[in-house]
Amino acid sequence: MVAPVTTAAGKGPSPGPCRRRTDSGPSRARWTAWLVVAPFLAYVGTFLLYPTALVLAGAFQDGDGAFTPANLAELTRGVHLQAFLRSIELSALTALLGAVFGALLSWAVATGRPEGALRRVVIAGAGVLAQFGGVPLAFAFLATVGFQGFVTTFLRDAFGVDLFATGAWLFELPGLTLVYTFFQIPLMVIVFLPALDGLRPQWREAVDSLGGSSWTYWRHVGGPILLPAFLGSLLLLFANAFSAYATAAALVSQGSPIVPLQIRGALTGEVLLGQENLGKALGFGMIVVVTVAMGLYALLQRRFTRWQ
Amino acid sequence: MTHTRVLRLVGTGAAALALVAACGTPPPKEGAASGTPAATAKSAAEFGGLDELVEAAKAEGRLNVIALPPDWANYGAIISAFEAKYGIEVDSAQPDASSQDEINAAKQLKGGDRAPDVFDLGLNVALANTDVFAPYRVETWADIPDELKEPSGLHYGDYGGFMSIGYDASKVPAPTSVKDLLKPEYQGKVALNGDPTQAGAAFSGVVMASLGNGGSADDIAPGVEFFAQLKAAGNFLPVDPSPATIESGQTPVVIDWDYTNAAQTAKLAGKVDWKVVVPRDAQVGAYYNQAVNKDAPHPAAARLWQEFLYSDEGQNLYLEGLSRPVRMDAMEKAGTLDAAAAAKLPDTGGEQVFLTQEQSDKAKQVLSASWARAVG
Repeated sequence: MVAPVTTAAGKGPSPGPCRRRTDSGPSRARWTAWLVVAPFLAYVGTFLLYPTALVLAGAFQDGDGAFTPANLAELTRGVHLQAFLRSIELSALTALLGAVFGALLSWAVATGRPEGALRRVVIAGAGVLAQFGGVPLAFAFLATVGFQGFVTTFLRDAFGVDLFATGAWLFELPGLTLVYTFFQIPLMVIVFLPALDGLRPQWREAVDSLGGSSWTYWRHVGGPILLPAFLGSLLLLFANAFSAYATAAALVSQGSPIVPLQIRGALTGEVLLGQENLGKALGFGMIVVVTVAMGLYALLQRRFTRWQ
Repeated sequence: MTHTRVLRLVGTGAAALALVAACGTPPPKEGAASGTPAATAKSAAEFGGLDELVEAAKAEGRLNVIALPPDWANYGAIISAFEAKYGIEVDSAQPDASSQDEINAAKQLKGGDRAPDVFDLGLNVALANTDVFAPYRVETWADIPDELKEPSGLHYGDYGGFMSIGYDASKVPAPTSVKDLLKPEYQGKVALNGDPTQAGAAFSGVVMASLGNGGSADDIAPGVEFFAQLKAAGNFLPVDPSPATIESGQTPVVIDWDYTNAAQTAKLAGKVDWKVVVPRDAQVGAYYNQAVNKDAPHPAAARLWQEFLYSDEGQNLYLEGLSRPVRMDAMEKAGTLDAAAAAKLPDTGGEQVFLTQEQSDKAKQVLSASWARAVG
């Protein structure tokens, strides 16, 4: 999961009143502030910055620790390049599917009664299902539509329909698309519903009283206000799918079609050895892609808050 | 209430630490006193004999092993037998890890008490990591065929087997050759144990497919092509087989080592009619390798483990797991081989192929370039 990007972290104490205090005042306040953030910084340093630095350094080293651009050059060729293209394709497709269906669901919720059962059920469900990923999710799909899944066997026995007539799609990209979409839709509901709730009924009434149609409202008011939020959510969903690993690892055992699975192969494979740094280069490539996505997200976010 | 419990915990922890500090130090000193420090002993003789080694190992009291699945080559029984015989506690970490994971663990845990003492490795990984091993020759060293051991004792074959096809006889007809698997009777049923660019067993599966389709140890392209055909025919299952997938019927045909397939036969007796065949036209063999970690936290126990594995008892335990122990020929001549267990091994005859390092390296290049495309 990708944590939502937080914006400005508070403005800190204003300098005015502090000046009137004794000299120790501001410095003590500053020390206390540092003390409070220290655990957070230590945490981020240990589990985010340090591993990132290791990946960045490793991406440019060969097996003996000498500098080399060969690992990165490898990313532009053959199976690795294809894996990046497939990963981006899979993430974009599931982000789009998740965004469209999630937005429709959010819209249904937003137009319903504020205290209605639909809203409560959808919000509770989305909160749970957006976090329902990894091995349990893969297992759920295997148990229902896997080769011996109960839906598969039921369809086969009752109607003679073979879900796998076209091949083992569940264990390939189509399967990943289906399974990823399963957690993308609820995530979309969580991030997009607040924007829909932010639409004021007065705006609609203003359009109506000025003789505008429903189309006019969406074309000139609702659409433009929601667009940045929608695109921002789309990018968030993209990053979410792009960084997902466990679900794919549990489902796909052959061919390593996407980047996280190739990293697994590079780090733990016992056939092609000495690929640790190639794995780090793949990780570096993922960081670049996610950074671009999150950069665009931050830009949109800034634009979105201006509209509010 | 909570407070006192925490205090008591802290107290117990401190006491335990003190105990460890008090009791943990002497053994290495004793080891050093008895002649050679355990960490550099190259044979039991350097300890002053096997009995001295047993004593030093018992003083250490623990052995860390890694990546030894209980149903793989009978390791579950081997570990229990070792524990019972010497009263040494065996800590078996990550049973499902790969050979490369073993080396990674040794490097990451280096200097710690939990680092693996010994390794059980595919030949590729063993050859690439000799700097992590300590040379040690077991007492039965002479029985190990020369081509299966590194002369100074850094690593040496422990057990091996042949690539095989395991199948559920109640669901599919018996295959006699690799090509049989392309028939429509096997639609959506054939699984390979792992991705051949990552897992040693799957790698040998591709070599087997190559031999069965006009290829050779020097040219595995026909093997890759075979799996591409298998996929095009809708017969190839991209599912990682396990005892659970076999029992639930998800993987009715599994390409894997004969000893792992044979272990399934025994395990699933009465539930699944699991049979094993080593295709006559495509016999690929390989041995796993044993090595001692040069930074082993329990150096004497590590060496005693080797002596146990290569003793008649240890080798026969491998055989009971239907893998072929490396001293098999010598033991057969000496009459110490468990003949009943040997009779249960899947039948092999005809030409047997063991890949050389050069052939293996070449095959890896072919795989890394073509496998993803073949099954993708």
